[in-house]
Amino acid sequence: MHDMALQGGFAEAPTQSARAFRAVLNALARPGTIETLVGAQPPAPASIAAGVALLTLADATTPVHLAGAHDTPDLRDWLTFHTGAPLVGAAEAVFALGTWVALAPITRFAMGSPEYPDRSATLIVEMPALHPAGARLTGPGIRDTAHLNLPDIAALRANAADFPLGRDFLFCAGDRLAALPRSTQVEAV
Amino acid sequence: MYVAVKGGERAIENAHAWLAEERRGDRAVPELTVAQIREQMALAVNRVMAEGSLYDPDLAALAIKQARGDLIEAIFLIRAYRTTLPRLGASRPVDTAAMACIRRISATFKDAPGGQVLGPTFDYTHRLLDFALMAECDVPPAPEASATPGPVPHITGFLNRDGLIQTEAAGEATPPDLTREPLELPASRPLRLQALARGDEGFLLGLAYSTQRGYARNHAFVGELRIGTVAVEVDIPELGFAIEVAEIELTECETVNQFAGSKTEPPQFTRGYGLVFGQTERKAISMALVDRALRWRELGEDFLGAAAQDEEFVLSHADNIQATGFLEHIKLPHYVDFQSELELVRRIRAEAELAQAQPEAAE
Amino acid sequence: MNDYTFAYLDEQTKRMIRRAILKGVAIPGYQVPFASREMPMPYGWGTGGVQVTAACLTPEDVLKVIDQGADDTTNAVSIRKFFQRTAGVAVTEATVEASLIQTRHRIPEAPLTEAQILVYQVPIPEPLRFLEPREVETRRMHALEDYGLMHVKLYEDIARHGEIATAYAYPVKVEGRYVMDPSPIPKFDNPKLSDSPALQLFGAGREQRIYALPPYTRVVSLDFDDHPFVASKADHACDLCGAGDTYLDEVIIDDAGGRMFVCSDTDHCGSRRRAGHVGRLGVPGKEVA
Repeated sequence: MHDMALQGGFAEAPTQSARAFRAVLNALARPGTIETLVGAQPPAPASIAAGVALLTLADATTPVHLAGAHDTPDLRDWLTFHTGAPLVGAAEAVFALGTWVALAPITRFAMGSPEYPDRSATLIVEMPALHPAGARLTGPGIRDTAHLNLPDIAALRANAADFPLGRDFLFCAGDRLAALPRSTQVEAV
Repeated sequence: MYVAVKGGERAIENAHAWLAEERRGDRAVPELTVAQIREQMALAVNRVMAEGSLYDPDLAALAIKQARGDLIEAIFLIRAYRTTLPRLGASRPVDTAAMACIRRISATFKDAPGGQVLGPTFDYTHRLLDFALMAECDVPPAPEASATPGPVPHITGFLNRDGLIQTEAAGEATPPDLTREPLELPASRPLRLQALARGDEGFLLGLAYSTQRGYARNHAFVGELRIGTVAVEVDIPELGFAIEVAEIELTECETVNQFAGSKTEPPQFTRGYGLVFGQTERKAISMALVDRALRWRELGEDFLGAAAQDEEFVLSHADNIQATGFLEHIKLPHYVDFQSELELVRRIRAEAELAQAQPEAAE
Repeated sequence: MNDYTFAYLDEQTKRMIRRAILKGVAIPGYQVPFASREMPMPYGWGTGGVQVTAACLTPEDVLKVIDQGADDTTNAVSIRKFFQRTAGVAVTEATVEASLIQTRHRIPEAPLTEAQILVYQVPIPEPLRFLEPREVETRRMHALEDYGLMHVKLYEDIARHGEIATAYAYPVKVEGRYVMDPSPIPKFDNPKLSDSPALQLFGAGREQRIYALPPYTRVVSLDFDDHPFVASKADHACDLCGAGDTYLDEVIIDDAGGRMFVCSDTDHCGSRRRAGHVGRLGVPGKEVA
């Protein structure tokens, strides 16, 4: 294990994770809202926001899938050291991290069951940038409409059509994060 | 002029102060020490450890002292403390076959290798108040035999050898933990056993008794009841072997239950199992009977509608900390809900009275 | 209490609760099972709400705790004190100043804002529980969206009493999918559940369930076309502040059956009186601390 793995975690976990969680919660409860996350510095190619989200939510009880270019020894070591999360294939993952292309098709990931729709994966999608523009979002958490640049409207519409089953998404770019729960209706504009 | 009730904070502080004073009792009487409770109220300590799911006699004794002898309150203190402890690892399963027994009896065989050892039991005491205990009195030392030579085999092992009792296959799977995962139904047997092991002794006693009286009777005999100490070992990956980290006292009960056999299986006995911290044999026997009653499905028996067979009923109501909290919460203010019911009842009554006064108009 | 971590719960427990909250937000009205911990207060006294609050609090939060609408009821005082001690957060009795409000049995009268989270303490989260005691069965009903039993119960009420005989914990349907228990709030409060700018989180500790209503979620109280839902209250105005649109407590004031009606929301009543509103038995400018 490289020294790099030991660094870039929370210095003051209880308060940093509390603030980070509130940002993630707000993003998911208000789809389209873009939050800023701080406190972690994961190895490349993971973004700060993705690193903070994983430190806040993942642990030894939540298998994580690293997709494509994110499946690096540095990132594996960092995640293992800081969270203890087991690294697994897509089907068993509670969290997955990668670019949209690397994660696709998202139907590989758990969508929950009719009795337990919560047993579904949360995908942490690395984006080049996040803008409040693009796809039109409606549904719970959104007063009228919201907008967010999304990678693949058709796949996300299909995911929402499975409600109450489906996956949920955290989109990350640098230190910024937006979220899309399965309950959001997505339309191209 | 009406002044709303205020001062909840001061009322709480004063109540706590009064409680502390009542706990101490008459100051002319020497204060109990935790060591006294641990040594002389050992069975209360054992129950608190068992249902508190934390093996620590000193803390259990402290909890009993703090709770003024209310054992459910003491269990609650232990549970709330236990929740905050970090998980450092998991031990190997304890080996009860290697138990250093202080008590070991079987109801199914007159004698067996290892012998019947009564141990420190109330069983054959005549329940006559011993007025000598009103005063402090010295207890003469009990006679001692030479130490039991090594571990004694499980009685059910003898039946197992002859194929007369159902084999319980060893499993490698990590048992679930209902203190870390929400209870999911239907539950596996390991999960049921965990719930029973920390369940309320009185609740399990009542359920077990009901099976004996015919509510899903399962014809239990105590195949073996043993009490003693076992080693707790933890694997240390860095060392490549396990080390002993503690020694704990356990009570284990295996019941031998009748089984008529089926088309595919010849008649054989089945088991119920109880394992509890400390010397808690009423609980261990109750647990074994209830465990056996809950196994009706896997053993191909009929569901007779008995409470002890009903997994969801038993597991949802066995925990005395959940039960006492919810039971006692009805003394919290509910005047908002009550007010809404009051209005509803008044309205429905008013409408009914109106309808009675004007029967034609109502139709 | 310095031996305990920020907001009492250990980090692993908070992560577990936070994950459950996020899934609850993603599936509005669905009850997410979570491994509720033993808390230092009894089950049934707000342990679910306390765990949700502990998982959501940040050091910057301003916390308000109410029970029956009041900030000074003993259990509200006790829970508020717990978080002052374990999280060191600022507390308030003013709804408008709070960023996180934990409640038992009421929604505050003052409109909530986008900057607020309302955390409900829930005793029995399963709206179907009193019709079907078995979890295995009710879980299946939610999965199949099979709410026939609930409609039968409500219809039988109408047949017997002429109206739906549920005055609190009145069931709602969330976004046309899950039937949800709103906790034992009076049905007067039900309309405030829908389209709220605030995030609403529900915690049931003993029953090990967390659920959520994201802001601006459509929440409909169950009813029938010929018996529409009515958010009723006592037919009085507050005797202290004169408000005619608030939920009222009925207080017996003498041995002769005399009674008065006062706002259950003590903060709302107090601010109205400070602003000069006076009810039938109120005294202008005197009684408000």
